[in-house]
Amino acid sequence: MSLLEMCGMENAGSFRSENSLSQDISQFCRNFESNIQLGVPPFANPAQNLAQLNKDDAGRDIKIEFDHGTTTLGFMYQGGVVLAVDSRATGGQFIGSQTMKKIVEINDFLLGTLAGGAADCVYWDRVLAKQCRLYELRNRERISVAAASKLMSNMVYNYKNMGLSIGMMLAGWDKRGPQLYYIDSEGTRTPGKVFSVGSGSIYAFGVLDSGYKWDLTDAEAYDLGRRAIYHATHRDAYSGGIVRVYHMKQSGWIHIDNNDCNDLHYKYQAEKQAIQSV
Amino acid sequence: MSILAYNGGAMVAMKGENCVAIAADRRFGIQAQTLATNFEKVFEMGPHLYVGLPGLATDTQTVREKLRFRKNLYELKENRLMSPKVFSAMLSHMLYEKRFGPFFVEPVVAGLDPKTYEPFICNMDLIGCINQPKDFVVGGTASAQLYGMCEALWEPNLGPEDLFETISQALINAFDRDAVSGWGATVYIIEKDKVTIKNLKTRMD
Repeated sequence: MSLLEMCGMENAGSFRSENSLSQDISQFCRNFESNIQLGVPPFANPAQNLAQLNKDDAGRDIKIEFDHGTTTLGFMYQGGVVLAVDSRATGGQFIGSQTMKKIVEINDFLLGTLAGGAADCVYWDRVLAKQCRLYELRNRERISVAAASKLMSNMVYNYKNMGLSIGMMLAGWDKRGPQLYYIDSEGTRTPGKVFSVGSGSIYAFGVLDSGYKWDLTDAEAYDLGRRAIYHATHRDAYSGGIVRVYHMKQSGWIHIDNNDCNDLHYKYQAEKQAIQSV
Repeated sequence: MSILAYNGGAMVAMKGENCVAIAADRRFGIQAQTLATNFEKVFEMGPHLYVGLPGLATDTQTVREKLRFRKNLYELKENRLMSPKVFSAMLSHMLYEKRFGPFFVEPVVAGLDPKTYEPFICNMDLIGCINQPKDFVVGGTASAQLYGMCEALWEPNLGPEDLFETISQALINAFDRDAVSGWGATVYIIEKDKVTIKNLKTRMD
């Protein structure tokens, strides 16, 4: 018995229930008390050994196909930051959703985009939203985009090489003006003017880079973002659905519009034909 | 990823009252990248005989040419048209010849018998196992979705107009849930004295 007590196991095997719920929570569900803590398999070095979980006994790859595939973009110009995203979620080749919201409204002056594993992005963006709100309550001022992006990258860095898949952009407006950051689950965190993330990003960049300049008007900027996403959805099988456009201004973000890719396709096609026939 | 899903593509054929229909999407892609949206996967093999070859695009074209050769030889020797049933048996045999190094296509045959005009549909796997049900057959990457749509929409004794509506809705709504097929569709309605070909306006993402 004394050995049990020395090992802190005096309750082992008994049905005594005092404190056991709160103990159980702190012992087995650390995530309840701190949502930065995720359950990790009991390996000595999870980051190194976690990869084993992707193989079966015969050494074949176990396919876990969670929701994936995206095109998102964001760029800065004289009027602030424009974000545009698609809305398709795929699991393997199956289209799970055509109406997913890939822009997260963290607060009135912060927007995040989702690309990569859908669950990873949604979860960590929610944790980030909580951290940003806590910062605001503690310090009586809004968190800077630089700080928010660093919170995010530090959180996901703890799980580097354990299979998280996140590629996000953070757009905001703080004391230092408009800001745009790229953060991913590999640990990258970098500010920049033009970003595109996801499986369709190569196509989006093609349009974005050819039409981008600093002096774009608001309407031109929205149209550029919209077109870049539309062309990506047309070429990339894993992007599609609805094109959502947001604008980050000094007064906070505004939602510009949602357009179905189907309507955009036939609208752009009609415009092209009208030009050709003149 | 399966080699059968490398290029993507969806195909369906249905029986109606004195008519059959076959429909396919128009995408040609390499995995996630869409390269063309005017790729034909359904081929006319006779006045009332059509074959669809979803699967690996290179094999789609090779098998089409091999079939054309063998069918022409048969018709010249026999001096009569090849019936859909004979055509399917020939195709099945041709695929099984390559049992241990198959062509990666899942053929769908639809047609009317040259003499009796009786509707005929069948499909087979990539090594030629024939499946000949009385209602509809499917093939390609959206086949699970197509089975669901067809089970829900198909009913016996559809006329050509209703059959067109049914097959179009089944195909479009099936491939809208598949990432690697879609981007336009073609529908063939085969009747005794006419074949109607229609291109459908669909989502292009």
